[in-house]
Amino acid sequence: MIELSEELLLRMYYKMNQARYFEEKLDDLVSKGQVHGTVHLAMGQEASGVMACLALEEGDLVSLSHRGHAQAIGFGLDVNLMMAECLGKYTGYCKGKGGSMHIADVENGNLGANGVVGGGFNLSCGAALTQKYHQTGKVVLCFAGDGATNEGSFHESLNLASVWKLPVVFFIENNQYGMSNPIENHMNVENISDRSEAYNIPGLTIDGNNFLDVYNTVTKALRYARAGKGPVLIEAKTYRYSGHSKSDKQVYRDQREVQVWRKKDPLLKMKEYLRENRVFTEKQILKMEDEAMISIEQAVEFAKKSPQPQLDTILEDVYA
Amino acid sequence: MKTSDMTKMTYRDAIRLGITEEMRLDRDVIFLGEDIGLYGGAFGVSKGLLEEFGEERILDTPISEGAIVGTAVGAATTGLRPVCEIMFMDFITLGLDALVNQGAKMRYMFGGQSQVPMVLRLPAGSGTGAAAQHSQSLEAWLCHVPGLKVVSPSTPAQAKGLIKAAIRDNNPVCFIEHKMLYDAVGLVPLDDDYTLEIGKTIVERPGKDVTIVAYGTTLAKAIEAAEFLDEEGIRVEILNPLTLYPMDMKPIIESVIKTGCLIVAHEAVKTGGVGGEIVARVVESEAFDYLTAPIIRLGGLDVPIPFNQELEAVAVPQRNDFVHGVYRLLNRE
Repeated sequence: MIELSEELLLRMYYKMNQARYFEEKLDDLVSKGQVHGTVHLAMGQEASGVMACLALEEGDLVSLSHRGHAQAIGFGLDVNLMMAECLGKYTGYCKGKGGSMHIADVENGNLGANGVVGGGFNLSCGAALTQKYHQTGKVVLCFAGDGATNEGSFHESLNLASVWKLPVVFFIENNQYGMSNPIENHMNVENISDRSEAYNIPGLTIDGNNFLDVYNTVTKALRYARAGKGPVLIEAKTYRYSGHSKSDKQVYRDQREVQVWRKKDPLLKMKEYLRENRVFTEKQILKMEDEAMISIEQAVEFAKKSPQPQLDTILEDVYA
Repeated sequence: MKTSDMTKMTYRDAIRLGITEEMRLDRDVIFLGEDIGLYGGAFGVSKGLLEEFGEERILDTPISEGAIVGTAVGAATTGLRPVCEIMFMDFITLGLDALVNQGAKMRYMFGGQSQVPMVLRLPAGSGTGAAAQHSQSLEAWLCHVPGLKVVSPSTPAQAKGLIKAAIRDNNPVCFIEHKMLYDAVGLVPLDDDYTLEIGKTIVERPGKDVTIVAYGTTLAKAIEAAEFLDEEGIRVEILNPLTLYPMDMKPIIESVIKTGCLIVAHEAVKTGGVGGEIVARVVESEAFDYLTAPIIRLGGLDVPIPFNQELEAVAVPQRNDFVHGVYRLLNRE
């Protein structure tokens, strides 16, 4: 069992709440037609996205999936710049050229959210190769969804990472659906982690809605990869409450199923833990929630007030 | 450059020399691909590199082109300068997501945050009897992707100068090497700082009557045709774009203004080829008013490359296609 300081628990709860409020706000903006294009929401997956990142050490790197807001917030990205990017503003992480699906902070080790399902696997191998080559002692945490593990890039990357003993942890958020397709229709294994056997690497399946499980497991996996033992595959079983994207009418699932998962909500679970263990007073818990909400309200304000990119920036940054 | 500073070597050796020099100069340059270590690469380009640089820098990969390209993109983004060998250009199909959707776009879609300094070596072209899946010239695909640079050397000196420039470039560069040129011999500068600027079209052979734009092995055929036509008093000017994308059009436009006649040629399939783009840019330019005859495009037939040697040869432009083309433009036929 890994010791959790009060400071860390506070950060965990605050960031999970930030992630939830960020997407609630974004969803609201989308429904009001204030967001151009689409967003992929991860409400319900906060424990996996946020906690996996909180297990990282300074200098570790991440590659995010297309459903990456919670992951990015966990990694420490500035919600103001994230929201500005979602609104296509010049102040956003990508100067308005990437949007929700490409939020990146390369200098600080966030290699970007990826619009191609499975697109991050081999990029992560490359980033891990750099760490190994430069002997930085840093690890790459690669996020992907369940559907991505059916891409050829999954096989090529896990094989390569295993053969070369690359310091990378593949973290699969299994939210039960590849867009509309339920997992039982697109793979014939009980656990995605079973696939690790094909590469002779450790594979673990965990409750992705349990913040402690995620944090502890990723911490151990990072330690393993950092020690030069090679990659680890983690499957975090979780659920997304929203549809795949803006256009999703969710004809493929019964809302009762969503209600069942809402009872296992990762934020609620963490709150119960904090209450049961009397880590914080009720007042402190509420304060953290309020502060998280205020930070998102400020982010929306920042984004709305931010300028659009100048049209003449269109030709900038095609080449270095 | 004094010829004493140059030595004769093959195109294959010139590529290897360029890579070797860059690897000596910069420890962040690594080389990955299939069978490039002990085996020395399918075409012998990487022979001996493993002994000099070791397994840490000469990385034999599994047969996983997607992983080769994607790993290179990820490594390049985080500080290395990978050179990759894709055994045959045809297999780039298996690595296109990493190249087109990731490597080419990261800088732009992240608002200028990253750079992706990597080189993909792509042995291309027909003439080896390897049939349809090992003989293609797919450069036009790559020239359709902003963010990529595409270069194609035709001589040993160009091969050395461009591979070095490609490795030093901070963008993904597709380095197209024609397999039939590997044994071509030419003088190569020995200076380890000799590079050829990416994005410059050069005049290979000055002339005044007809402009030919060609690259790869097709360039050699154009030169042969030009030498033959010389005897008839026809002076053909030949331009070699060297960088196919983004292409330096100025010398081509200037040449067409001078000659009024243009032939563009490549081995790649004519439909949708780079030649068509050159033609379009010429007719969009002031050179249009100087054209005295319709432009001729020479290119591969719209067929997969066949195995049979005679069929294989007729699938791509030959010397006589240039000769007849020039006659037609000058109304000599």
